[in-house]
Amino acid sequence: MPLLSVQNLSKHFGGLHAVEDVSFNVEPGERLAIIGPNGAGKTTLFELLSGTLLPSRGRIHAFGKEITTWAAHRRVSLGIGRTFQITNLFFNLTVLDNLLLALGTEGAVRFDLLRPMSSYHRLYEKGREILNRWNLWERRNVPVRSLSYGEQRLLEITLTLSQDRPLLLLDEPTCGLSPDEAKNFVSMIRSFPRDITILLIDHDMDVVSEIAERIMVLHFGRVMALGPPEEVRRNPRVQEIYTGRGYEPA
Amino acid sequence: MRRHLPFVGIAFLLVSLIACPLFVDAYYTGLLTLILIFAVFAMSLDILQGFMGLPSLGHAAFWGTSAYVVAILNVKIFKGCHFGVELPAAILAAALVAAVLGLIVLRSRGTYFMMILVASSMMLWGIAFKWRSLTGGDDGLPGVSRPDLGFLGLDLGKTTHYYYFVLLFFALSALLMYLVVRSPFGRTLLGIRESETRMAALGYHVWLQKYVAFIVSAVFAGLAGMFMAYYNGYVSPSELHLVTSAEALIMVTLGGAGTLFGPAIGAVVIILIKNIVSAYTEHWMIILGVIYMVTVMLAPEGVYSLLERSLRKGAKT
Repeated sequence: MPLLSVQNLSKHFGGLHAVEDVSFNVEPGERLAIIGPNGAGKTTLFELLSGTLLPSRGRIHAFGKEITTWAAHRRVSLGIGRTFQITNLFFNLTVLDNLLLALGTEGAVRFDLLRPMSSYHRLYEKGREILNRWNLWERRNVPVRSLSYGEQRLLEITLTLSQDRPLLLLDEPTCGLSPDEAKNFVSMIRSFPRDITILLIDHDMDVVSEIAERIMVLHFGRVMALGPPEEVRRNPRVQEIYTGRGYEPA
Repeated sequence: MRRHLPFVGIAFLLVSLIACPLFVDAYYTGLLTLILIFAVFAMSLDILQGFMGLPSLGHAAFWGTSAYVVAILNVKIFKGCHFGVELPAAILAAALVAAVLGLIVLRSRGTYFMMILVASSMMLWGIAFKWRSLTGGDDGLPGVSRPDLGFLGLDLGKTTHYYYFVLLFFALSALLMYLVVRSPFGRTLLGIRESETRMAALGYHVWLQKYVAFIVSAVFAGLAGMFMAYYNGYVSPSELHLVTSAEALIMVTLGGAGTLFGPAIGAVVIILIKNIVSAYTEHWMIILGVIYMVTVMLAPEGVYSLLERSLRKGAKT
């Protein structure tokens, strides 16, 4: 049974068909990349999967449940984590506080009104371990707004990864990273255990080909190609989009 | 030494507050009582405004409702004070109003949130104004008697004794609110202030966190309103009016939103101006306005941050 199954998903904003009749399955442990030109509907598709937007038509199943109309936070509890294309962090809080918010989502913690946060040693220890792993421990007391852009992108991903959700939606995680940083990121994603399933949006065909087993090309909201990287690269219509010839709305 | 500075500061403040009535006359003791009551009111608003990022112009709804519930029980039903009933009734009334209003207002943010709250709190004002048989209309409800703590050797009718009673309430409320904003729950409010979408993406039911915070904040506002009713011995529709809400908002902004103790300083400033400057000129609002503008322009983070910064500088050198 697929881990994620999307059937005939559409999202219309007035006359704009941002996502139109998109269907695909994702198997457990798979890494699927979604590419396409600007405005192709990639991020809108992620918004639909994560529950920030509700679809105009179609259905979404994940982990054997229909989640089409579920609120965003329920989908996260079910196991779908996401990162944002435009860095979305708690900018006036410190790095450590950002991470503690990510780690403290269990019901008992979030509704604890009287114990100080610092008494949650288990969360602190986990936070330290994670920040050490990402070389952010030294920066733990720095407000996130004062981090470099690269560090912010790193934290953006770290927050989501720290929650150990089995299905990750990564929206242009390498956006704005230097080539070196991007390379590090790619090797990190490749080192993930296979019990984590990843959907990844990216512009960079090379990044995508290194990570993903399958690539889905979106164009004007529709699926234009879906298959292994070599096959997608050879697809003449994909080549047309990427070389900029014969641009025609579907 | 620096680590102990806050505790030394708090101990010093508490001792001064306890000693105060020995050095000032009854008028100023009464004024201090008023300041402490408003301090709790403003601090409760800060939970919404500073920590959760939802400035409210309807906070008087909780303060006023509790005050009225206490006054109605006190004057109309018991013909005297039954503190054991009135205290839980005040808490319940504020929580109930917040639970109902929260269902409506927490769907919106920013200006819309503010306007819907203004409208709802002014509806309560309208009820208090019109429902003459229950609330006394614009005459209000006079004759609210204070709790009888004779068994503790306290006569709350005396200004000084009532002051200590309110001081105890202030200290407990400040401590509880401090614990709340430091708790993991308090952190989630900061997270909501910074980014609701990220909170949702981390798996938080943002609305529910807000709803709980809204009710917690309302309960403290309601408790303060109850102490106000006892203080004045009288409740009138003005307790529910927009002006009362605005006063709290100015206290929070002036003192420093998101600092919890800053709004208490704001309460000191505004109550003093209102009561002392108004003795000399009826244009005291102008002076308040100027102070407010100067603060917003020179210390937009409020008086508290200014004090904190200069204290820290002092500790370093």
